[in-house]
Amino acid sequence: MELTGAEILVRFLKDEGVRHVFGYPGGAVLHIYDALYKQDKVEHILVRHEQGATHAADGYARATGKPGVALVTSGPGATNAVTGIATAYMDSVPMVVITGQVPTNLIGNDAFQEVDSVGITRPCVKHNFLVKRVEDLAITLKRAFYIATTGRPGPVVVDVPKDITAAKTDYVFPRKVEMRSYKPVTKGHIGQIKRAVKLMLSAERPMIYTGGGVVLGGGSQLLTEMTRLLGFPITNTLMGLGAYPGTDKQFLGMLGMHGTYEANMAMHHCDVLIAIGARFDDRVTGNIEKFCSKAKIIHVDIDPSSISKNVRVDIPIVGTVEQVLRDMLRILKEKKGGPDKAAIKAWWKQIEEWRKTDCLKYETSPEVIKPQFVLENLYKVTRGNAYVTSDVGQHQMWAAQFYKFSKPYRWINSGGLGTMGFGLPAAMGVQIAHPRSTVACVTGEGSIQMCIQELATCLQYGLPIKIITLNNRFLGMVRQWQEFFYEGRYAMSYMESLPDFVKLAESYGHVGMRIEDPADVAPALKEAMAMKKRLVFMDFVTDQTENVYPMIPAGAGLNEMILV
Amino acid sequence: MENEAGALSRVAGLFSARGYNIESLTVAPTEDASMSRMTLVTRGSEEIIEQITKQLNKLIDVIKLQDLTEGTHIEREMLLIKVRAMNSGREEVMRLTDIFRGSIIDVTEQSFTIEITGASEKLDAFIEALDKELIIETVRSGVTGIARGEKSLQV
Ligand SMILES: Cc1ncc(C[n+]2csc(CCOP(=O)(O)OP(=O)(O)O)c2C)c(N)n1
Repeated sequence: MELTGAEILVRFLKDEGVRHVFGYPGGAVLHIYDALYKQDKVEHILVRHEQGATHAADGYARATGKPGVALVTSGPGATNAVTGIATAYMDSVPMVVITGQVPTNLIGNDAFQEVDSVGITRPCVKHNFLVKRVEDLAITLKRAFYIATTGRPGPVVVDVPKDITAAKTDYVFPRKVEMRSYKPVTKGHIGQIKRAVKLMLSAERPMIYTGGGVVLGGGSQLLTEMTRLLGFPITNTLMGLGAYPGTDKQFLGMLGMHGTYEANMAMHHCDVLIAIGARFDDRVTGNIEKFCSKAKIIHVDIDPSSISKNVRVDIPIVGTVEQVLRDMLRILKEKKGGPDKAAIKAWWKQIEEWRKTDCLKYETSPEVIKPQFVLENLYKVTRGNAYVTSDVGQHQMWAAQFYKFSKPYRWINSGGLGTMGFGLPAAMGVQIAHPRSTVACVTGEGSIQMCIQELATCLQYGLPIKIITLNNRFLGMVRQWQEFFYEGRYAMSYMESLPDFVKLAESYGHVGMRIEDPADVAPALKEAMAMKKRLVFMDFVTDQTENVYPMIPAGAGLNEMILV
Repeated sequence: MENEAGALSRVAGLFSARGYNIESLTVAPTEDASMSRMTLVTRGSEEIIEQITKQLNKLIDVIKLQDLTEGTHIEREMLLIKVRAMNSGREEVMRLTDIFRGSIIDVTEQSFTIEITGASEKLDAFIEALDKELIIETVRSGVTGIARGEKSLQV
């Protein structure tokens, strides 16, 4: 039977197993919206700004491992979506974004609401397509999902001109795709894996360093098993938290710019570094010249271009984290004799010494709410089981430091692009994916205002997100840098004319709470969490002068931390 | 690579976004019209070339990539050059063209247009050998290349 392009698109989404689409209508996508209207298999979530659609789709993907889908109109719809696309790209999140386009005969004419969406998004997508014939629509969509979800995942944009959505053709769901130019590897080279295992077992001061790739690649369980078997210390990057239980004694906490003293010192002094699904980002390595200078490095990654990009490695292994870890574990178990017990024991003794600095300790106060205190309590009240999204700034770092994630897919933040405004719409995506779970959005009074309009979406779809605002009346992270590196000249980092967040939440139909007394922190959190059906906007008035410690200043090595 | 609209801009965009430098670039369809072949000349340390290779391979439209400098290979470039050629000067230009195995492909009373193919250095040498005053216009195709022997770039 012949279907219109719009009908094909919607049928395809259903056949591909897509349950939710985050979007916003407009002229170029009206046929698609009409097709959505006539069915009930694919649910459309109406956001209030296209940036929200892409972040929500992104949050959905990060919390499920399945691709998120967004639908926006041409021109301003597409440009508004770009921040969310770039955010997903930097963190390798599988996502398909369908953008409407002006009719093919008008392309290139500066038509109403025309932008070159393929051109604008090219540098921040894994791939993108402009569909030129309705006959190509279904297979192009199939390719988009295939590319987005395989290899190193990432966002794919499909630009669909309006006339294509009206044109008719036969529809058959394309079950399979073959692309001669795209064949992602899966299994790592077995010889390399054997060499890696040998090196691991010869280590005297080993260190495991893992990133977002382990979460995305579903390697968490295998990683945990291997780490326990070896008895080695392990650290996670900001993106990798939750891949290894945050409460385990082998876990040294996060590493990098605001990582723990023990994690960074162990990195600096290790003799064998096992990097898995991590990309040696500049926020992790500090000064690259001084990075792990004593170590032989094993690097497992799905993306060959991540290997030896920033740091030269000794044993590169290209493959999916899951497959490689499976092979590693098998080989490890077959081998007689484990790691050098005495050496590892001495190494742990050293690490325990570093741990004693208790680098995350902070001064509590009976008068003013310390931001760290809020997060410690959030962790306790939710028993570490919440999905936590965050925005960008100090609150993000404190969330990463103080919420001990013990499962993958639970910690959702914009690590690579550092996009303020990500937290709330991402939380919507998470809550849609997990309607019965607790979803907390940790944010600042600066960040939350960047996508605050999504409070309306939350009401419309009954999303009982708990917004934890650490309100320090400052763009705190900016203020911290100005305090440290600009002699306290606080240029434009003070937040004036703040709204009354309680009233604001109420006017959107939600519950608002303002918490000023440290004694109220835990009770207020309990009260909010008990409101299972309501979004609660919690405005914690926190200490204005608190800084995130430890900190590695730009240009310094991992062993040159500012502790307090 | 795939003979798709936008494939070229993906390559060019990659080079500009990552700060690599394109010395020359040629591209045309192959005998299989769904594919085109691009020859790109760039320069960099071993690490940079390794990154460029990996990044190019990552582009979805790139089907296969070969670093010709890893083996013996042939490079060719074409030069079209228009020179002033009058009276006794005509003889001189013709002789030079002969020496460089070029051919004169267009003639007016005042000028010759010459075609020369060869390694880039040969084209440089020809331009050097000409009196600068005589050159009206030059156009170069950029380098294309192929491996020597039986080795070939096949999909
Ligand atoms: C869209 C965007 N604009 C600017 C920045 C730069 N930036 C990084 S952190 C920060 C301050 C964030 O302030 P707030 O949300 O109040 O959080 P706090 O640091 O106070 O916890 C700014 C402006 C950014 N990351 N994203």
